Amino acid sequence: MASAETFETIYALIAPLNKKAIELKPETGFAVDLELDSLTVMDLVAEIEDEFDILLPLNLLPDLETIQHVADAVEKIVAEG
Amino acid sequence: MDLLDKFDATTALRDSLPFEKADPFTVVMDEIISETEAMIGGRHTILAGTNNYMGMTFYEDAVEAAKKALDDFGTGTTGSRVLNGTYGGHKALEATIADFYGMDHCMVFSTGYQANLGMISALGGKDDYIIIDADSHASIYDGCAMGNATIVRFKHNDFEHMEKRLKRIPEGAGKLLVVEGMYSMLGDAAPLKELLEIGKKYGCMTLVDEAHSMGFCGEKGRGIAEELGVEHLVDFFVGTFSKSVGTVGGFAVSNHPKFDVLRYVSRPYIFTASLPPSVVASATAAIKAIERSGNRRAHLWENARQLHAGLKKAGFDLCTSTAESPIIAVHLPDPMMGTKFWEQLLMEGVYVNMAAPPATPAGMFLMRVSVCAQHSSDQINEIIKRFIITAEKVGLELKK
Repeated sequence: MASAETFETIYALIAPLNKKAIELKPETGFAVDLELDSLTVMDLVAEIEDEFDILLPLNLLPDLETIQHVADAVEKIVAEG
Repeated sequence: MDLLDKFDATTALRDSLPFEKADPFTVVMDEIISETEAMIGGRHTILAGTNNYMGMTFYEDAVEAAKKALDDFGTGTTGSRVLNGTYGGHKALEATIADFYGMDHCMVFSTGYQANLGMISALGGKDDYIIIDADSHASIYDGCAMGNATIVRFKHNDFEHMEKRLKRIPEGAGKLLVVEGMYSMLGDAAPLKELLEIGKKYGCMTLVDEAHSMGFCGEKGRGIAEELGVEHLVDFFVGTFSKSVGTVGGFAVSNHPKFDVLRYVSRPYIFTASLPPSVVASATAAIKAIERSGNRRAHLWENARQLHAGLKKAGFDLCTSTAESPIIAVHLPDPMMGTKFWEQLLMEGVYVNMAAPPATPAGMFLMRVSVCAQHSSDQINEIIKRFIITAEKVGLELKK
C-alpha cells in the first residue's frame, strides 16, 4: 500500500479535474467514479509523471483503474529508480 | 453472452446524430467524374475530402502503366513478398522510391497502415522504448501495441514535454522516436527540426511518417523533413501510396546498412499478399512524375491558401492560423451542428470529411477539407461559397 504522502500528492493533482466533487479515496475509479475521458486521463498522467519525475508507460495504463493502482505503480517505479 | 453488446454505446452515439438525408459513414461514390468531381446520391458533387492531394488518380502514364501490367502480369500475385509475391515491378518500385528519397534501401508494404505496423513492431523490442506524439495516427499506436517495447507518449508537437520524458529513459536503452511530418486531422505540421535534434541528442533512432506531406512539401516533394532540411536526422521514413501517389500501398526507406533484415522479421510485411502488379506499376509512374511536378505542387499550395483565406474571411473557425498543408480543418461547436453542417454541405454539392472523436484530437468536431492540385480556382471559390450558404441554412454563427 502506497504512503499517505503519495496519495495526497495524487489527490491534489486530481482535484482540479474532479468536477463533480466526488470524495477521493484509494478505491476511487478514474473512468467509473470520476468519469474522466481518455484525454483528461492523458493530461493527468503527464502531470503525475512530471510531479514524481518518472515515466508511466502507455502499456501500464489499462491496468491503472483506481487511485490506489496509480499510487502503487508510482511508488514501485520511484523505488526502481 | 453477446460479444457485440459492448458496442451498444457506439450504436447509441451514432443513432443520436440527426442525419436525415445522408450519413457520412455510408457515403457511396456512384461515379467518379474526375479527380475532383463525383456523382453522389444523384448529385454532381465537388470532392474536397479525398487525400488525392497531387491529383494522380487519373494521371495518364500511371493509368497506362497499370493497364499494361494487368495484361502482362495478371490481376494479382497471390502471395507474400517473401514467397512468390515479389515481381520485377516490386523491385523496380523499391528502387524508384529509394532513388526519390536519395537513400539506399526501400521496402514496399501492402498498405501504409501495414508499413507503420511492420516497422514499429519490428524495431521496438522487449527492452526498448518507443516515444510517440499523443496525436499519432492509429497505425502508429497499433504498431506499438503489436510489439513489446515500452511506450512513452508526449504532448502533441511539444518538444519540451518530449525532452523531459527522454531524460527519464535509461541511458543505454534502445530508443525509437516516431513522429509524423503532417498530422492528418488538423493539417498541422510538426516542428521536425526541434523534435529530431532533441531525439538525436538523447540517442534515439528516428522514424518520420510523411503520409500527409509527401508529394507537396519540399522541393522534390519528399515531405516536411526535406522542406526543413533535416532529412539527415531521419533513420527511417514511412510513407503511403494512398494519398499523393493516388493508389494504395506503403513503404519504408532507410540508409541503415542492416535494413533488409526487416524483410525476415516484420510480420505485417511477411504474412500478407503483396501488391498487385497494376498497383505497383501505377505507383512507380506516379512517384517518378511527382519528383518533377513543381507546377502541380505550386498550384496545390495556391488552392490551399485560397481556401484557407476565403473561409477565414467568411468567419469560419479554422484549426490552423495559416494554410500549413492542403488539409484545411474547420472547427464546429458540437456534434449536432457538425452533423447538420456536413449533411447540408453535401446537399449543396460539396463532399468533405466529417471527423469526430476518437479520430480527432481533444474531442473536436471537424469539417476536414482537403484540396487537390487539380481543383481549379473556380472550384475553390465554389467550395467557399457553398460553405457560406450552408452556414446560413443550418444557423452556424460566423465570426465577423
